[in-house]
Amino acid sequence: MKDTSEMKITIGHLYPDLLNLYGDRGNIACMMQRCLWRGIRAETIEFHTGEYIDFSKLDIVLLGGGSDREQLIVCQNLKKIQRQFQEFVEDNGVVLAVCGGYQLLGRYYRTGAGMIEGLNLLDIYTEQEEGRLIGNIILDSDLAHIPVVGFENHGGRTCINGCRPFGRVLYGEGNDGRSGCEGVIYKNVIGTYLHGPLLPKNPQICDHLLKKALERKYGTAGLEKLDDNLERAANAYICRRFLPGGSMHCRQMDLVH
Amino acid sequence: MKLRRMLAVWAAKVTEKICVHIFHRQGVTWAGKIALWICPSILQELAGQVRRAVFAVCGTNGKTTVNNLLCTALEAEGYQVICNHTGSNMLNGVAAAFALGARVNGELCADYACIEIDEVSTRKVFRYFQPDYMVLTNLFRDQLDRYGEIDLTMKILDRVMRMAPRMKLIVNGDDPLSAYLAMESGNEFVTYGISERVNTDTQTKEIREGRFCRNCGAKLLYRFYHYGQLGDYLCPGCGFRRPVIHYEAQKVKVGNGIAFTVEDKRIRSEQRGFYNVYNILAAYAAVRTGGGNAGQFRQALARFQPKNGRMEEFRIRGRRIVLNLAKNPTGFNQNIEVMVKDPLPKELIVVINDNDQDGADISWLWDVDFERLKGVDTGTVTASGIRCRDLGLRLKYAGIRSELEPDVEKAVRRYMEKGSRDLYVLVNYTALSDTRKLLKRICFAD
Repeated sequence: MKDTSEMKITIGHLYPDLLNLYGDRGNIACMMQRCLWRGIRAETIEFHTGEYIDFSKLDIVLLGGGSDREQLIVCQNLKKIQRQFQEFVEDNGVVLAVCGGYQLLGRYYRTGAGMIEGLNLLDIYTEQEEGRLIGNIILDSDLAHIPVVGFENHGGRTCINGCRPFGRVLYGEGNDGRSGCEGVIYKNVIGTYLHGPLLPKNPQICDHLLKKALERKYGTAGLEKLDDNLERAANAYICRRFLPGGSMHCRQMDLVH
Repeated sequence: MKLRRMLAVWAAKVTEKICVHIFHRQGVTWAGKIALWICPSILQELAGQVRRAVFAVCGTNGKTTVNNLLCTALEAEGYQVICNHTGSNMLNGVAAAFALGARVNGELCADYACIEIDEVSTRKVFRYFQPDYMVLTNLFRDQLDRYGEIDLTMKILDRVMRMAPRMKLIVNGDDPLSAYLAMESGNEFVTYGISERVNTDTQTKEIREGRFCRNCGAKLLYRFYHYGQLGDYLCPGCGFRRPVIHYEAQKVKVGNGIAFTVEDKRIRSEQRGFYNVYNILAAYAAVRTGGGNAGQFRQALARFQPKNGRMEEFRIRGRRIVLNLAKNPTGFNQNIEVMVKDPLPKELIVVINDNDQDGADISWLWDVDFERLKGVDTGTVTASGIRCRDLGLRLKYAGIRSELEPDVEKAVRRYMEKGSRDLYVLVNYTALSDTRKLLKRICFAD
């Protein structure tokens, strides 16, 4: 196995000047720290609107959330790099897209005010409906042994057209409040409405992204186990509070793990 | 109608007394609710009886401080003023301010009303009366789950400003979001601002919500900026810029207390925190705009002791304990700035709840620059409140050691056993009242 000290992960944070609502910084801090604690070097490069993005230098791309108005500005920027972004995705590049960023992965996002054209990376689309879906949310995801917890706040309803969801909704609304699905997974892309932020309380999801990025870059990724007691405590608290028989549920999943 | 109003006023007063003396709770919201239920037109009628002017105070941060200071300053000029002192700022709280301020004959005897109103509640309140003036302190990201997005708050304020075309605005000209609203509204407005770079050695990575021009979407350029998105801005795209400032703070000093000059008056306050320059300036601009010459302003400020958990100080065994409300990243970062500036060793307890009034979404904790505390001697930080685990996790990723103690009282008791350091207690909204009572109780028993 390769020595971790020779490894390095480069995270590209896309348009933090525009898409930076709801603690996206937490997702970055989580990925960075979980690399550093394992002796893996990590760097985050912020790309502001109008700046050139060289995807070949990036291992993980984070596309955060923003308001509808800001999303429109981002979309105009993203269209110019659509092809490079698509190549990155098809080449198993790791992408975490949250809220507005998730919506932008699809074909379009129709709002009351008009149509925002998406990046067309996935065959999904979003339409705004009356009322926002707001609240704590808990998922059962293949990518983690314990429930995935977070907070959602979106006016758009996303149809994933039979793509693989990020998780099944145990509590909350999810993509559209109807299908029981939340988010989408395609290759090494995760699109999701969960902020709160997503990764700190769901360290397994964070490690999944890091693992995929390391495997793509180095062909191997032995991720050392970390002390996640605090992470698990914060996660378990949400499960206890919102899931019927929540504490049981968490404990059982823990035991399976 | 008069009889009904009288009844409503009585009922409100009795309700408030019962809540305070029997249930030991603030009864303001209930008092307002009952007054409105008995006499739905009470707000309209009583607001109409205010002799000189009604001020509405809005904005994300600083509402309560500005509103209370404005009230104190107007009283110092010799006027009779009613005010929602406690910061109960939704429809019921506003109704209570008028009902509790009225005499037992159901009549109001007031020259001014100083009413802070939650931005989203302005829609409801403005149906009953339209203020003569609105102070708009700033617009930051706050409680997003309740308000959706900051854009939504702006839309609501835009609508109510248009509902009240004769209402004169007193806005923070350093805030491009507030200034844009004022310019677009067509209402008359005056501005206040800080017209020089103030050295606060701030190195924050704050999210500046309003960095993009509301008018054309281009990124604003700053000649200088203070914090958040506040500063001297110009849009390279459409020419939107910081408006002419009518009440300018100059020669600003921030340290152990603050000082600045406005209209050739040197203003000094023992209050800490750069943001209090804006709060004091807003109240000053409001007094001046509302007709007074503010001749008594400095005396009023010297007497002004909020006692409402905004930088409120307690003494326990010779130690200084500072309690402050911090409910969004901008407010929190300003608090951290105050702690950084305080050279004495200290302890820190942070209390985070996620009740209705706090907002269920606490992801804003990740937008607070806790990293700045790394260089500050704060001992071990205690994470408390309903969401103490999330707070502890946030601190862990900022590289700061913390202890979890959901119960605030236990956290404070543990601090008292520890030693002789000063203590900062930062709390969000629903933790404020109980923590304040607790500190008062300990202070008294001491």
